[in-house]
Amino acid sequence: MTPRSRLLLALAALVGLAALVLPLWEVRLGAPQYPEGIGLRIHAHTVAGLKPNDLQNINGLNHYIGMKPISPEAIPELRYMPWLIGALALAGVAVALRGSRRALGAWLVAFSLLGAAGLYDFWRWEYDYGHNLDLDQAIIIVPDMTYQPPLIGRKQLLNFTATAWPGTGAIALGLSFVVAAGVWVVSGRPGREAA
Amino acid sequence: MRATTFALGAAIAVGCASPSPKELVTGDAAQRVYVAPGEHDEFYGFFSGGFSGQVTVYGLPSGRLIKTIPVFSQFPENGWGYTEETTPMLMTSFGMVPWDDSHHPELSQTDGVPDGRWLFINGNNTPRVARIDLTRFETEEIVEIPNSGGAHASPFTTPNSEYIVAGTRFSVPIPQADIPIADYQGRFKGTLSFIRADEPGQMDVAFQILMPGFDYDLGHTGKGPSADWFFFTSYNTEEASTQLELNASKNDKDFIAAVNWRLAERCVADGKAVATPVRYAHNWMDSTTRMARTEMKTSVRVLDPAACPGMVYFLPTPKSPHGVDVDPTGEYIVGAGKLAAVIPVHSFSKMQQAIADQAFDGDRYGIPVLRYDAVLAGEVEKPGLGPLHTEFDGKGYAYTSMFISSEVVKWKVDTREIVDRIPAYYSIGHLMIPGGDSRQPYGKYLVALNKITKDRYLPTGPELAQSAQLIDISGDKMQMLLDFPTMGEPHYAQAIPASLIQERQVKFYELAANGNPWVARAESETGIERRGRAVHVKMIAIRSHFTPDNLEGITVGDSVYFHVTNVEQDWDILHGFAVMGMRTSQLILNPGETRTLVWVPQRAGVYPFYCTDFCSALHQEMQGYVRVSEPGAGVPLRAEASERSATVVAAADPSAPHQHGTAGTGGR
Repeated sequence: MTPRSRLLLALAALVGLAALVLPLWEVRLGAPQYPEGIGLRIHAHTVAGLKPNDLQNINGLNHYIGMKPISPEAIPELRYMPWLIGALALAGVAVALRGSRRALGAWLVAFSLLGAAGLYDFWRWEYDYGHNLDLDQAIIIVPDMTYQPPLIGRKQLLNFTATAWPGTGAIALGLSFVVAAGVWVVSGRPGREAA
Repeated sequence: MRATTFALGAAIAVGCASPSPKELVTGDAAQRVYVAPGEHDEFYGFFSGGFSGQVTVYGLPSGRLIKTIPVFSQFPENGWGYTEETTPMLMTSFGMVPWDDSHHPELSQTDGVPDGRWLFINGNNTPRVARIDLTRFETEEIVEIPNSGGAHASPFTTPNSEYIVAGTRFSVPIPQADIPIADYQGRFKGTLSFIRADEPGQMDVAFQILMPGFDYDLGHTGKGPSADWFFFTSYNTEEASTQLELNASKNDKDFIAAVNWRLAERCVADGKAVATPVRYAHNWMDSTTRMARTEMKTSVRVLDPAACPGMVYFLPTPKSPHGVDVDPTGEYIVGAGKLAAVIPVHSFSKMQQAIADQAFDGDRYGIPVLRYDAVLAGEVEKPGLGPLHTEFDGKGYAYTSMFISSEVVKWKVDTREIVDRIPAYYSIGHLMIPGGDSRQPYGKYLVALNKITKDRYLPTGPELAQSAQLIDISGDKMQMLLDFPTMGEPHYAQAIPASLIQERQVKFYELAANGNPWVARAESETGIERRGRAVHVKMIAIRSHFTPDNLEGITVGDSVYFHVTNVEQDWDILHGFAVMGMRTSQLILNPGETRTLVWVPQRAGVYPFYCTDFCSALHQEMQGYVRVSEPGAGVPLRAEASERSATVVAAADPSAPHQHGTAGTGGR
């Protein structure tokens, strides 16, 4: 890899660190009586409301359908996800220092696997919250209705329209991956390595 | 005033060929006042509630009522003046007074311009002034005025709301004394009170100027060059104590009192005022506990004009002047002699010169009377009948309400030439232009606040709503746009662009900051506790239940304190609370707020309580029971939650600090 490629790779790896502070995903809920909207922001280390009390208010609403309260403390992934993101970025910097295209390839594969696992895990939690309802405690019971929010896109859940999109943290990770992949592609062109 | 009106109206047959109401309204008036669903009005209009003692808030130009702010009167609609937390706000030296007669809303000002921080309003009967916070639309402070027989000339502000004023409408013996009413002359006095108003929670009667026993009617501060002066109208300079209708209408000229309030401030600082024993209440809402507190004050500083030469002068003004209004430049002082045939306009610069030249026409009780022609800029000739109040559009024009001829007259301030007039339905009192008494009027609309309603709306028996009218003043000719009903006789109103207020609105109270000693921030903090014959219940309200909701062990004759906290933390999620057989009002609970209702059960049995504010889909299920036993029945004290409410989500955000939390006291 050229010095320029290595520098670019190191920067790309560091950009991924933004995912430690910026939200990875956002789920917004709209309903006729919520013109101002209500929603959740999923960070690497926690789940928080879009507005200060949104999480509490969403939990308050969810008690009507028997959904268990969303509690960041109950989601173990939130404890080690920041370490994985940090480790991934440091590994990317190490690859850049070493300048090995093979190592970069391995890093990209690991990145992809971690990303896919993360999305699957998120989907699994959404499934869990949306399906495993305590119907004894539910006040509103609609036969065959489940309340899994979308992973991405839009879905109607009773009076709420739920919309989910990647947050700026996920976009930073995507940018990190795309630039690193670009470095991998460019560095594989004949003649480039010699330059 | 209505009684005199009809007499005058009958005596003076006005040959005014006014257009019919329909001829007044132009084709696109509806469009100009229409605010589409979901859109907002351009102005907040604050209307005095008159004899309701409250303030009503309207959107303008639509004329839609959007809020009643309880001030001086109990208000069962939200428990104001009934709950343990708010009752002290109505405390006076006469005890708790649950009603007053509110007249003049006044927005706080910065540099002579309304700033949207607070709204002040006076209570005329038990002399009081109140401060309303405009981030919450809630009365936060009320100060009683000692040495006063009624606070009508109030609560007008100095240019930075350093002070608001209160002039006595009815002079009385000062200090109060048991003397024959016939001894009025010389024994009865008036006061002009200056109330420190720019420190929330610290409002206080800073000083009072002791005045001759006239009736002090209205007032306004100067502006720009005249900013150090305050102007008050007076009538009954005849000092009559009976049949004022006749006896107070004899003098050809009464007075506008010009008071150099900056000089008064200095004289007070120099120790010229006398500390006088009095009793008056200062009530304020503690911002941490959101519980009202009362402090009974025992002394006030009274300043005799003789001790502070140059502080007060009288400007002769024809025939029982009512309004005194200062134009935006601060040069012109418009008096409105309600029985006068002209509108006199005094000049501040001429007044300064007359003082320098000692152009006096004698004195009253040692206060120099300036010569009329030495202070007068000129008179508006043939304005109509019964001028009362004047406001300004900031474009060089003044608008004066004419009570008897029932019209608004527009005239040019510097030439005093009448340029337009429009009828008002019926018998206009005050008029209001947003910012129209300030240095910076928003000269787009004028509201006529009429005293007689008659046929303006569908009839509703003998007692009718009051009639307000919105008039477009943006062009050369005034144009009638809209009638809208108002409640409780709003004497005066003020309005301010919505943009100065709407972004600063509090949407709910932070539960973590709730300092009420009886707060329960979560179901786990609720409970019940007996202290002799008092039983305290700490209860929470959340969609859609109360915790606890089954109470036992209460006996006939106990005082049961329901301390209910709405633990919701979202906008417009309110709960209510009422229990059968209570002899007070319900509670209405804003999110994050604790309010207390006291109930004394009279008969053994089981009594329901329920939520009175439709809160959620399961609002009808938001209820509970209290079991009341005969004393000695031996039923243990218990506060239980239903199985469901005990297992649903604890309300408080787990991340919210609970440092003020008090342990639950009961047996849950």
